[in-house]
Amino acid sequence: MSALSIRNLTKTYSNGVQALKGIDLTVEKGEFFALLGPNGAGKSTTIGIVSSLVNKSGGDVEIFGHSLDRERALAKKKIGVVPQEFNFNQFEKVYDIVVTQAGFYGIPIAEARRQAEKYLRQLGLWEKRQSAARMLSGGMKRRLMIARALVHEPELLILDEPTAGVDIELRRSMWDFLIGLNEQGRTIILTTHYLEEAESLCRRIAIIDHGVIVENTDMRSLLEKLQVETFVLDLQRPLQSAPELCGFHVRLRDAATLEVDVPKTESLNRLFGALAEQDIQVLSMRNKANRLEELFVRLVERNADLAGKEAAS
Amino acid sequence: MSFTEQWVAFLTLVTKEIRRFVRIWPQTLLPPAITMSLYFVIFGNLVGSRIGDMGGFDYMQYIVPGLIMMSVIQNSYGNVVSSFFSTKFQHSIEEMMVSPMPAHVILTGYMVGGIARGLMVGGIVTVLSLFFTHLTLQHAWITLSVVVMTAALFSLGGFINAVFARNFDDISIIPNFVLTPLTYLGGVFYSLELLPDFWRAVTLANPIVYMVNAFRYGILGVSDVNVYTSLGTIALFVLGFYILALWLLRRGTGIRA
Ligand SMILES: Nc1ncnc2c1ncn2[C@@H]1O[C@H](COP(=O)(O)OP(=O)(O)O)[C@@H](O)[C@H]1O
Ligand SMILES: [Mg+2]
Repeated sequence: MSALSIRNLTKTYSNGVQALKGIDLTVEKGEFFALLGPNGAGKSTTIGIVSSLVNKSGGDVEIFGHSLDRERALAKKKIGVVPQEFNFNQFEKVYDIVVTQAGFYGIPIAEARRQAEKYLRQLGLWEKRQSAARMLSGGMKRRLMIARALVHEPELLILDEPTAGVDIELRRSMWDFLIGLNEQGRTIILTTHYLEEAESLCRRIAIIDHGVIVENTDMRSLLEKLQVETFVLDLQRPLQSAPELCGFHVRLRDAATLEVDVPKTESLNRLFGALAEQDIQVLSMRNKANRLEELFVRLVERNADLAGKEAAS
Repeated sequence: MSFTEQWVAFLTLVTKEIRRFVRIWPQTLLPPAITMSLYFVIFGNLVGSRIGDMGGFDYMQYIVPGLIMMSVIQNSYGNVVSSFFSTKFQHSIEEMMVSPMPAHVILTGYMVGGIARGLMVGGIVTVLSLFFTHLTLQHAWITLSVVVMTAALFSLGGFINAVFARNFDDISIIPNFVLTPLTYLGGVFYSLELLPDFWRAVTLANPIVYMVNAFRYGILGVSDVNVYTSLGTIALFVLGFYILALWLLRRGTGIRA
């Protein structure tokens, strides 16, 4: 049984914005799943519908086999949500926020207090339990929302851009925490527009853009889709223009730096042979960083092209 | 959600609502105590002695039930409209929306919170009034049911107001421009017998007249209108408002995009 199953989900907001144009998405139990996409792609809308904060326009959502339409309460019990924007009462105390949330799930007060303590300690907020939420730093507020989302022990944790605006060190410790939760068997879905985050945390990934899923696969095969690898070469002598190298696509980044796309099928020896023929001396060479980034840009560009053609026709 | 779980969620919300207005008592409980004491001093003691009898009672006694009702109405409405609106405004409403709490539990929780505030203020005002006059309790059950139903009705009214409100101005329009005039003209300060026929007929279209009179009947035993008709009508309105509020909440009006 899938943790989350989304079929042909559509959403048109009252102002006419078509945020989701019929997306399908399946997340299996135990997965650590990334929903990746640029701003405005429809990530928060998707999360909003799954967590009952946004009304869908059409389609079906099932959580661990429970339909959000027909078995809403059962479905809701299985999900914990950490939204993108802070959504707690700023004047309420940290402890009360978490205990009250447990109460809303029907957890009796004694157990609610135990659960609140457990997660406030795990997230390093126990010392701050009597502070008003507005006194917390941005990173602590984010962690407060994670503690609140876990208080009823959901099997599926959904985080909407959890590390936006969180500094790098805290980001790492949050990642470790999430990895720990996943290892205990919890299914985790996070949205992000940081590719590095998706790459280092998630084994499966979907890329969403303009309300359409443009890619839905596991991370490895996604990276394998990159048929070409790009290398950056630092040259000994500057060049006037990019040289013609048979079989390779070459760009001049600046006079003394070349970028070369090398197909997976080509050997690097042939590249160096071709360079030597033209008497181009290479001082150093490196792999162009973040291949996923490139892939992402390419996928999104392709999608934009298609959208453009659709509009034109 | 099982019944026990719903009950836990309900108690959680009601406790939260009560703690809210108790914590901010200088904004919620103190102002009506001061305002109503001023009414008692001015209308009861200073002016009231010159007015003489009203409906067979001295003026102070006559207006006390109306003033208690006035504070119940204002406070139950005010409690729910501001609490629910600020929950919406801060988005903490989402804490309930993501939970399996059914809409009727959320609505009833807010309603009971509003009733609690209305009754608490009503109780404070009643105790204060005893420093100025003595009251009887002619019909305890009628008194109790009319005050509880009125508090429920205005709590639900406040809820519906908050559902549609988009900013803080929207939550003060109804209290200032509808509730206050209707209450002042709702037979709190005078018996309808004093009015010319035309104005009496107009006044009878004001629902607050029935609440004030039914409550006054419970305490003093006099009323300008039929008490049982009033009680029945209030009950129908409570039911109607509840169904409307529940429908709005289920649809997510003003809450879910
Ligand atoms: N409440 C709303 N009303 C109208 N349009 C909205 C609303 N929320 C989001 N949108 C629009 O829907 C699209 C998708 O937004 P969103 O789901 O927030 O994207 P993401 O989370 O991927 O950045 C955007 O064009 C956004 O402007
Ligand atoms: Mg978003």
